[in-house]
Amino acid sequence: MSESMNAGAPVLAVRGAHKTFGKLKALEDATLELFEGERLALLGPNGAGKTTLLRSVTGRVRLDRGAIELFGHEEPPEARRRAIGVVPQEIAIYPLLTARENLEAFARLHGVSAGDLAGRVEWALRWTGLADRAKSLVRDFSGGMKRRLNIACGMLHRPRIVLLDEPTVGVDPQSRERIYEMLEEFRAGGATLLLTTHHLEEAEGRCDRIAILDHGRLIASGTLLELIEQTVGAARDVVLTLERPAAGGLDGFQVSADGRKLTSRVRDVGAELPALIARAQDAACAIEDVEVRRHGLHEVFLHLTGRELRE
Amino acid sequence: MIGTLLRISRTNLRRDRVAQMMVFVLPIAFFSVFAMVFGRPDSGTGRMPHISVAIVDQEHSAESRDLIAELKRDSNLTVQDSIAIEPGASSPGDGGAAPRRALTREDAVAMVHDGRVPAAIVLPSGWKPGIGMAGAQRGARAEVLADPSDPIASGAVAGVLQEAAARPLMRALARAHGADSTDEQLGLPAPTVIHDVAGPRHRDDRPHSIAYLAAGFGVMFLLFSCSGGGGVLLDEQDTGTLERVLNTNVGMTQLLAGKWIHLTLLGCLQITVMFTWGALAFGLDLLHHLPGFAIMTLFSAAAAAGFGLVLATLCRTRQQLMGIANLLILPMSALGGSMFPRTLMPPVVQKIGLLTFNAWAVDGYTKVFWRESPLTSLIPQLAVLAALTIVFLTIARLLARRWEAI
Repeated sequence: MSESMNAGAPVLAVRGAHKTFGKLKALEDATLELFEGERLALLGPNGAGKTTLLRSVTGRVRLDRGAIELFGHEEPPEARRRAIGVVPQEIAIYPLLTARENLEAFARLHGVSAGDLAGRVEWALRWTGLADRAKSLVRDFSGGMKRRLNIACGMLHRPRIVLLDEPTVGVDPQSRERIYEMLEEFRAGGATLLLTTHHLEEAEGRCDRIAILDHGRLIASGTLLELIEQTVGAARDVVLTLERPAAGGLDGFQVSADGRKLTSRVRDVGAELPALIARAQDAACAIEDVEVRRHGLHEVFLHLTGRELRE
Repeated sequence: MIGTLLRISRTNLRRDRVAQMMVFVLPIAFFSVFAMVFGRPDSGTGRMPHISVAIVDQEHSAESRDLIAELKRDSNLTVQDSIAIEPGASSPGDGGAAPRRALTREDAVAMVHDGRVPAAIVLPSGWKPGIGMAGAQRGARAEVLADPSDPIASGAVAGVLQEAAARPLMRALARAHGADSTDEQLGLPAPTVIHDVAGPRHRDDRPHSIAYLAAGFGVMFLLFSCSGGGGVLLDEQDTGTLERVLNTNVGMTQLLAGKWIHLTLLGCLQITVMFTWGALAFGLDLLHHLPGFAIMTLFSAAAAAGFGLVLATLCRTRQQLMGIANLLILPMSALGGSMFPRTLMPPVVQKIGLLTFNAWAVDGYTKVFWRESPLTSLIPQLAVLAALTIVFLTIARLLARRWEAI
């Protein structure tokens, strides 16, 4: 989803959020906007304030200053919790309850009516692919199954906005794929998703927009292409791998230490790549491979924060 | 390498106050409580607990008066041989002090029955303090009226009585026969007989102490189970479930109320199982005391559940909870009469014991099972337990604010 698709008012907005814990400034004029139907990835190094921001949205953290708007209005925390689904990073379900018992319990806690409860539980069991394990104790589940149930327990009350904190942490690629299929299916029903992740490829490939938080402040937001344009630029790196080390330096190329890789930055690959190859061949270089590298979120993140995501 | 490991352990212990208390303070506290009960440093004997005892003199002889005087001199006993005269009753005259009269056997039975004293001595008409020479005829036997809930006190009183009865006699006979007289020559005082004083259903020989044990240990383990059960909050805090639940429509007050009700019901079940086992295996008469048992169990479990929630909301980790629970519950149980009857303790320790949950709960069960008192007599115990419940829940609610929005 591009910026042009965000024409409407945000369904969730955090404005000028400040929160201090002792001497630690967890949030410092943090802002965030979430638009209807989008998937927003919230990224930031550890300690950047992501969890504090999410907890403030649900009213579990009281802001020192700032406002949180839900559907254009400032609502009390109780009202926000009713409208929002929260999926914590921890497997926060009861291991000694069955899958069905967990779903029933959290449905009741979320205020699902008695008449609606059975239907919602059945939906969740089908949605998570756990219908055949409905009567099994959760402690016997695989990590992926627990993770899917963990997500479902936060969505039983049909929230229009869902906050997911690292929804795929610790699961294998197949389970991760299954989880994103689930989330896509849920979003297709009209929900808006805000998720934090340490998997940059998930943020790149699974989300419409990306917001980057650092030191309690939003430092960038937009689509991946927009972020690249704003930071490292749209130029590509062309890497020529040679059969033998180059005899000496070549104009317009950076030569690797072993002399076998020549790197050059180009803005227009189609127009500039043939000339680069010709120049290398003119210098008696035998080219073994050509690679064109696009800058991605990793470079954007490093450019903005100066840190790796996991630091 | 070993030095490094030792340094780590020492540093950990230095920074863990609860561990320090467990290691150093708790053993000293326990030792002190038991020492006060079983080895009073001021008694000189190191073996005799302090006991209040009522004495009825039906013999009215010089010997019986000597014996009572002898008993009054015993620093281990608080002797009561008279009672204030109720208004309107005839006054025998008491030298200008508050009008009093000598105790009757009926008074003594009532005092033991109501738990005002753990034992009473009756010197019947015809009682002699032991007859000098072997072969001489012995007089009527002294009687110890015993509270079956406190067998230690009655046994101790019987022993003191024997000793006190023999002492003046031995002195007199020693003067007459010389210092080398033997017990056989002197003869022994007439033996005492111990009679249990209890409600009508206890007049058989069933083991009355079972009810005391069930109540004492039941109440102690009720505290342990409730503190352990309250610790589930800390487990949920660690797994993230608590945070998740607080992200639903549930507020902290509702959450605590749910936990409290659960722990109360669990406590009721625990006590019921214990008393049922006592009834099945040891002949405890539970069926005839069901109303009193039910109301005492409900109030005790409610207060213990509140106590468990206080600990859970006070502590940061399960490990800390277990340490503090041991630190509080064991001394409370010792002082509160869960381990041995409070009547064996010095009066000041008995008063301190009233600060504990255990004392009120155990006293209530005692009234139900031994004294067979009417339900209205439980009002003080129930009122205190209810007040404790309210105080505990209020404290827990205040402490639980740390889990609310920060």
